[in-house]
Amino acid sequence: MNTTAATDSDRRMEAARHQRAITFLRRHWQLYVLLVLPIAYFLVFKYGPMYGVTIAFKDYNMFEGINASPWSGFDTFKEIFGMREFYVAFRNTLMLNFLDLAFSFPAPIILAMMLNELRHAWYKKLSQTILYLPHFISWVIVGGIVYQVFATKTGIVNTVLMNVGMEPIPWLSDKMYWVVTYIATGVWHSAGWGTIIYLAAMTGINKELYEAAEVDGAGRWTKIRYVTLPGIQSTIVVLLILKLGELVQIGFERPYVLGNVSVSEFSEVLSTFVYKMGLQSAQYSLATGVGFFQAVVGLIFILSANYIAKKTTDQGII
Amino acid sequence: MNAKAANRIADAIVIAVIFIALLLCLAPFLHIFSISLSSNRAIMSGDVTIFPVEINFEAYKKVLQDITMLRSMGFTVLLTISFTLICMTMSIIAAYPLTKSYLWGKKFFMLLIVITMFFSGGIIPEYILIKELHLMNTMWALILPAMISPFNLIILINFFQSIPSSLHESAEIDGASHFRVLWQIVIPLSMPVIATLSLFYAVSRWNGFMDTLFYITDPNLYPLQLKLYQLVMNNMVNDLIQLEGTQLVQFLPESLKAASVMFATVPILLVYPWLQRYFVSGIMLGAVKG
Repeated sequence: MNTTAATDSDRRMEAARHQRAITFLRRHWQLYVLLVLPIAYFLVFKYGPMYGVTIAFKDYNMFEGINASPWSGFDTFKEIFGMREFYVAFRNTLMLNFLDLAFSFPAPIILAMMLNELRHAWYKKLSQTILYLPHFISWVIVGGIVYQVFATKTGIVNTVLMNVGMEPIPWLSDKMYWVVTYIATGVWHSAGWGTIIYLAAMTGINKELYEAAEVDGAGRWTKIRYVTLPGIQSTIVVLLILKLGELVQIGFERPYVLGNVSVSEFSEVLSTFVYKMGLQSAQYSLATGVGFFQAVVGLIFILSANYIAKKTTDQGII
Repeated sequence: MNAKAANRIADAIVIAVIFIALLLCLAPFLHIFSISLSSNRAIMSGDVTIFPVEINFEAYKKVLQDITMLRSMGFTVLLTISFTLICMTMSIIAAYPLTKSYLWGKKFFMLLIVITMFFSGGIIPEYILIKELHLMNTMWALILPAMISPFNLIILINFFQSIPSSLHESAEIDGASHFRVLWQIVIPLSMPVIATLSLFYAVSRWNGFMDTLFYITDPNLYPLQLKLYQLVMNNMVNDLIQLEGTQLVQFLPESLKAASVMFATVPILLVYPWLQRYFVSGIMLGAVKG
């Protein structure tokens, strides 16, 4: 008696669920119509290439296509890890990112603190408008400007140096000086825009803390040290950790545009290396392997960074 | 030194440092602008600093008479407008269903999208995909791969969710379909965000260089950044090759390069006031909601 009752109610529940599904779709089919194209987009243009990563494990032949190319296991990776250029590119990626961190990370913080201290609202607004400008300039245009300004013979920087009696410096052709140019350009491009998030954090600091500090006789600098800085501390920590999570990633445009043959010992990074191997030398399997390696390591870094950020400040991006 | 004086000095230092930062931001543009208007002799002998020396408009004449430059600019404008319209449309139709908490499969779709933010196939598989789809040297190669930015999508979803559900419900009671609610209620109310995200898309497309480098090999189709790159970096201008002794030297006047750079920068400068306002509010939206 019990079993029949159970299957009966099961069947009724099935039918009810069925009915609910039909009613749901009848009411909301339009939502799924809207989603068709976007989901198709993600599947074709995002997950399609993810499948293409298998090229790294195959001996890819352009004419046979991905599926027909024979498997080669980890041969490609063995080849990659035996290439000197790979290690150079990897080292440069880490080195340039690390230097960027050392200079481009504090710059917006310091700038934001100064902007915060400005008393004249019009000056503050004007400054922000001007400071954001470099962020909107493409790397190609920045490159054009850099090549002009830092040119060894005719660049204005060297002209000024020569006028004060110094020797012109090969900013773009000597690999050591090139790194300086690269980092300085990065600071120029991102410092102003980076202040936005810190200024926003600063406006979130309780005004009463400043008043209390004032009452306790705190001067300008003391207020900054004991009220402002602690107030944006969590923002700084989160952003720092996230930046560290991106240590293995590097954009393509900036090193590609600013770099050149004479400084390639320092300017070749993973992204440009993949481009040169893949699109210029047509070594597709190799280039895909390097890209895959970078993506996996990058993912590990980002997940770890996010985990640490969550543990220390309750904030993360995931 | 009393507190008031120390304060004043601190103020002065801050104002001065900021002023230097402002100069550093503007000086490169002024310098390039001056070079574009100066004579070659002045440029080569280093006379040009912030002001043009021996002003002439030759460089600009050459740039504006160059049909390939004008074509490139026109193509880039067309590309940017198309890109922005398509991306915005796709983002909106993707975001709206995902704001409905009762959507079956919502978690699955969100996961599908978020994963793409952290892992991708890489540039080589993407390149091969474009090749296999026969999209090389087409505008589509520059539009389709980047149609929906998950970052922008999340901003849009968050904003849609902030629209009071009472508006949706009363419309649904009146018998409006999802299409109508989206078109007549949600979109009109979301214009500020849509404007901001459109600008995000537009600027990223206008400044984008990497994909154009990979996918456009026909010089007639070079978008502006790519054209500029070839011009300035590679000195690829055929009619300015000079023979120096036995060496073939490609010679492109600095003023011409500078004028080309200005030509490519002016559009951004023109829309900059709006860019600045909308981008900043967009960052706030993303930061606060995200």
